[in-house]
Order: sequence, then structure tokens, then C-alpha cells
Amino acid sequence: MNINLTLIGQMITFVIFVWFTRKYVWAPIITALEGRKEKIADGLAAAEKGKHELELAENRAVEALKESKVKAQEFIAQAQKRADEIVEEAKGNARSEGERIVTAAQAQAEQEMSEAKEKLRKEVGLLAIAGTEQILMREVDASAHKDVLEKLGAQL
Amino acid sequence: MSTETITSSEYIKHHLTNLTFGQHADGHWGFAHSMEEAKEMGFWAINVDSMFWSILVGGLFVWFFSRVAKRATEGIPGGFQNFVESIVDFVNESVRDSFSGKNDLVAPLALTIFVWVFLMNLMDLIPVDVIPWITQKLHIAHFMKVVPSTDPNVTFGMAIGVFLLTLYYSIKIKGVGGFAGELTMQPFEAKNPIVKLLLVPVNFFLEFVSLIAKPISLSLRLFGNMYAGEMIFILIAIMYSAGWAMGLFGGALQFVWAVFHILIITLQAFIFMTLTIVYMDMAHTDH
Repeated sequence: MNINLTLIGQMITFVIFVWFTRKYVWAPIITALEGRKEKIADGLAAAEKGKHELELAENRAVEALKESKVKAQEFIAQAQKRADEIVEEAKGNARSEGERIVTAAQAQAEQEMSEAKEKLRKEVGLLAIAGTEQILMREVDASAHKDVLEKLGAQL
Repeated sequence: MSTETITSSEYIKHHLTNLTFGQHADGHWGFAHSMEEAKEMGFWAINVDSMFWSILVGGLFVWFFSRVAKRATEGIPGGFQNFVESIVDFVNESVRDSFSGKNDLVAPLALTIFVWVFLMNLMDLIPVDVIPWITQKLHIAHFMKVVPSTDPNVTFGMAIGVFLLTLYYSIKIKGVGGFAGELTMQPFEAKNPIVKLLLVPVNFFLEFVSLIAKPISLSLRLFGNMYAGEMIFILIAIMYSAGWAMGLFGGALQFVWAVFHILIITLQAFIFMTLTIVYMDMAHTDH
């Protein structure tokens, strides 16, 4: 219980331990702790950033979807319009074509009719002339009258 | 220890005697064989047991902590690293709370004190007779005080170390004049230079006492607590020689006191550390 050299010995030991702790215990552990703190902070910041980016991407996706929907609507409307137009056009074409065909047919029929009429007229004329000739010949030759009529009758 | 052949007071005295190495009265060097012989050796003697156990537990501390520190990773810490980091973090928090200056010595100083004092105190939980019994059986030493913090040399050694550090930083931060002013210009202040001069001795007396009181209270608090705790363990141990009933009762008492003592040893280590931080803080700030 008396004060002796142990006092000095303890002081020296104390100094050595403090020096050793400072250099080989405190410094590396605090460095590791600080490093980890930084890493965690970085990780959290990265996570925050990722979250933010995800949000942005989601927004972008929604926007794109909306846009494409509108565009599709537009396309459909356009296509509808075009189809209507095509149908209208086809209808118009068909009508005019039909009219053309009808008029052409009418014209042809008329022409054929007039041709036939002409032909008939010619033949009737010829027949009349022939008949008249026969009659006239009978007047001249009574005996032959009957033959002529018969001939005419057979011809008709 | 054969308690049958010696009295209780001899038993207690035996447990309170350090293994002292020094020069005997007749001139030869050797271990003291009694408390009186140790006293006669004067200052130039050394308590081998205190030095041995304090260096042993301190060495264990720096060995273990530096081993962990060397392998410390920034990644996921393992079990040992977790343990060491929690202590380092705890000390770091304490320093940050009480120390406002800028000095990277304070935190390692606080860590050393906390763990070292705790380990020295922890030796108190080893039943008082175990290690002395082993050393006697092996004929290594007659006396063996295994709790270094029950030796005033040890607590004073640390307290004086802290005290010298506070003096050094006081003078370094505030300058010789600033430090002298702190010792002589307060707590009583005056505008008049003559009154000021008259107040110097009064102030110096008060401040010097408070300055000296710091290391003394620091070391005596730890010493007193541990010495008293050790004494109670010794008194309980005497019961073991008084029949099986008393022995059983002593065993129960020892367990209860040991559990309570866990609190005391931790608290004393913490107080020593905190006061060291506070004294260092006072050395770094003007007031």
C-alpha cells in the first residue's frame, strides 16, 4: 500500500498502451468505420437515385402509352376515313361504268334496230317491186296470173 | 493458503500485501516477506504483481484490439470486429459529447483507459484465493494481489499521466500566460490593477487546490472503490473457513456481491474515462 516505483512503471506502461492504442487500434478501426459510413451513405444515395429514375421511367412509360393510344386512335380514324373514301369512289366508278355500259348497249341496239329497219325496208321494197312485176306480168299474161300469185305466196 | 493455521487478520493482511521487489534493510535485493519489509524498502521498490497483472490485462487488450483492427473491413464486420467496434463507437460517442476541442489523442486515450481499467477491475471477480493459491503451490510467490486497481500506485500512475497531459495541453493551447492567468485571475476578478494583484494569491490558492484535486480524486475514487470491493470479497472468503453452513452462506454472498460488483467495475471504468475526457476538454477551452 506504499507508493513506490510501481507508480513510475505504471505511468510508462500507460503511455505505451495509449500510444499503441492510438496507432494500431484507434486509427484502423475509425478508418474502417468512416469508410463504412461513407459506403452506406453512397449506397443510400444510389438507392434514392435509382428510385427516382424508376419513377421517371414509369412516368415516361405512361406518357408513351398515352401517346401511342392517341396515335392508334388517329390511325384508325384515318383508315376508316380512307376506307369510306375508297368505297365512295368505287361506288361512283361503278355507277358511271354502268351508265356507260347501258348507253353503249342502247346505242348499239338502236344502231342494230336501224340497220334491221333499213334491211327490212330494202327487202320490202324489193318484194314490192317483185310483186308488182309479177302482177304486171299477169296482166300481160293472164294464164300466168295464177302461177305468179302462187309463186309470191310461196315466197312470202 | 491454509486458513486453519493463521488468524483472520493475518489472512486479510496477507491478501492486502503486494509482491514487492526491492532492496532490503541489510542491503541485498529481493522480495519483501511481509508488509513491514515492503514498507522499509521505500520508494525504490516495485510491486511485481501489480505491474504483472496490469501489463498482462493491458497487453491482452491491445493485442486483441489491434488484431481485430488490423483485419477491420469496411464491409460486413465479423463477430470480433462488431464487438470491438461497439466499444470504439461507445467511447467515440462519449468523447464527442464531452470534448469540444480538436485533439485526436483524446479518443484513443479514453478507449485505453476505459478498457484497461475495466479489465484491471475485472480481476476482482476472480475468487480472491484462486490465483494466490496457484502461485503458492507453484512456489512462485508468497504474496499475490491480482487486482491492479486496488494498488494506489496503479491508479495514481494513470491519474498522473492524465494530469500531465492536461497540463501539457493547457500550456500548449492557452500558452504559459494563459494558463498562469487561469490559475491566478479567477474565480475573483477585479478591474483595479492593485486589487487584481492582491487577489492573485487567493485565486492561486483556490485554483491550485482544485487543479491538484483532479488527479487525486480521479485516482482515489477508483482505488477506493476497488479496494473496498476487494476487502468485502476477502471478508466473504473468510467465511469459507467457518464450517459448511457459513461457507454456503458465504458462497451465496460472494455471488450476490460479484453480480453487484460487475456494475461497480464497469461504472468506475466509465467514470475514469469520462473524467479524463472532461479534464482534457477543460485543458482545451478557455473559461
